[in-house]
Amino acid sequence: MATSAVPAMNRVTGWRAVGRYGLLIALSALVLFPIYTTVIAAFKPADKVLDNRLVPDSFTLDIFRDAWTEGRLGRFLLNSLVVAVVVTVAQVITSVLSAYSFSLIEFPGRNVLFLLFLATLLVPLEATLVVNRQTIDSLGWLNSYQGLAVPFLATAFGTFLMRQVFLTLPRDMRDAATIDGVGHLGFLRHVAVPLVRPTIGALALFSFLSTWNMYLWPTLVTTEEDFGTVQSGLKLLKSRALDTPNLVIAGTVIAAIPIFLVLLIFQRQLVRGLTAGAVKG
Amino acid sequence: MLAPSAVILGTFIIYPLIRAIWLGRQRCNPQGKNCDTTGWGQYTDVWRSEEFQQAIWVTIKFTLIVVPLGVALGVGLAVLADKYLGGIGVFRAIFSSTVATSVAVASLMWFFLLEPSLGVVANIGWINDLFPVVKEPGLLNDPGTALGSVALSSVWAGLGFTFILVTAGLQGIPADLHEAATIDGAGGTRRFWNVTLPLLGPTLLFVVVVLTTRAFQAYGEMDLLTSGGPAPQDSTTTVTYLVYGDTSEVRSDGGLQATTAVWLFVVLMGLALVQLRGLGRRVHYGN
Repeated sequence: MATSAVPAMNRVTGWRAVGRYGLLIALSALVLFPIYTTVIAAFKPADKVLDNRLVPDSFTLDIFRDAWTEGRLGRFLLNSLVVAVVVTVAQVITSVLSAYSFSLIEFPGRNVLFLLFLATLLVPLEATLVVNRQTIDSLGWLNSYQGLAVPFLATAFGTFLMRQVFLTLPRDMRDAATIDGVGHLGFLRHVAVPLVRPTIGALALFSFLSTWNMYLWPTLVTTEEDFGTVQSGLKLLKSRALDTPNLVIAGTVIAAIPIFLVLLIFQRQLVRGLTAGAVKG
Repeated sequence: MLAPSAVILGTFIIYPLIRAIWLGRQRCNPQGKNCDTTGWGQYTDVWRSEEFQQAIWVTIKFTLIVVPLGVALGVGLAVLADKYLGGIGVFRAIFSSTVATSVAVASLMWFFLLEPSLGVVANIGWINDLFPVVKEPGLLNDPGTALGSVALSSVWAGLGFTFILVTAGLQGIPADLHEAATIDGAGGTRRFWNVTLPLLGPTLLFVVVVLTTRAFQAYGEMDLLTSGGPAPQDSTTTVTYLVYGDTSEVRSDGGLQATTAVWLFVVLMGLALVQLRGLGRRVHYGN
């Protein structure tokens, strides 16, 4: 037993295994219950949403079609995608550039400036959005992609994360490149960035998820449905269509699907991203 | 190369903070214009106001439910699933699944779950008989149960995050420590308290820090589930909701809104400093 690769106390056999499975299944049912009831309700025909049967007797896809057209979920998904992609690409670029300056370029005041960058991490979003909304308003950017995306095009978290990995690059590497006449941008593009690709992936996933899941900001700067993101769109949908709950329920399911897919594909990066910082906004 | 980041962070984090501190002395319209200066005293006025005190208290209560319950459930599930059983991957995927729900998705799921007229929970006979409040006026509409129900949805939504991190933490605990403890005669329960939990320390601290910060900033749950209500007790109006909520009076005055937002910043800063001290003292094991 001791020779096995599996630690003895972590192996469960016999009746104990049966009990363990029972417990796991019961707990899984509890965790999945809210998801299950939502999905089931979304498949019920409109006149049966209120019947509350846990196992439905009829299925329809009508409500999904309504949620997509009437509920404008398609538009919300597109908006979320545009904003999340723009923010993600921008955050990766600005973070890589500033992190490079903070790790591989010497200049006076570097440490002070870096501390200032780090200090912005301590400022919660909730404390700045009051004024940011006024700024966006005075720029005439309410209900626009700029308004949704511009305040988030850079992140001190990303700068910090990228700086940590750039600092692990051997100093000689940069020196050799200098001797060969390679400038900073060339070194960054051909040497530094390819070497730190996994961290860039984690940062991109983190940026994408936190932008996609952002709730407060989109509800502050969008009043028109045309520029609703999935999250603020759900709020609009809930306030507009509470007399047709199945529409809102189907909308919730549609809104949840893309992130489930993204996480299914990027499971591994997720754990790295989560341990580097929190995802939900 | 620094310019892009510096411009964005300066314009949208540093400037708004300074401007909010300045604006907090004034009474303005919602656009932050037509301001009358009332002076720095507005900060003490807001801090002492019944609304703010109430919101702070609600925020603390909410955090005190969400964090301990969330951590306990997350650790429980992770320890339970940290075994070599066939198909354990499926269970792990299920327990992680709530990480994929955004605050809006999770809140709407719980809204429809708890809603008295069409929610499933309210219409299960025996639950209804046992707890009439579920149906009338509904868990989210009763001042006594609203905050707890919102917290429950928040715990559920955060469960996947905690589960994933604690599972990663458990896998980092060397198996020979468990074996040594077993040889010394420690049973499962003792191993959990004396080996697993202390070695999970750094992970748990990180989880607690993140969950606490998130709970203090929670907004979407209140906005979608209760709108800060039920009125008139405002039993789910947290500080963040007080600043931004649709039904909050503070929102219609740019100056007061800034004052309250600055206090929120101060409170979170204080919290962060306390947590950093705790982290600095306890995060390093081994090496």
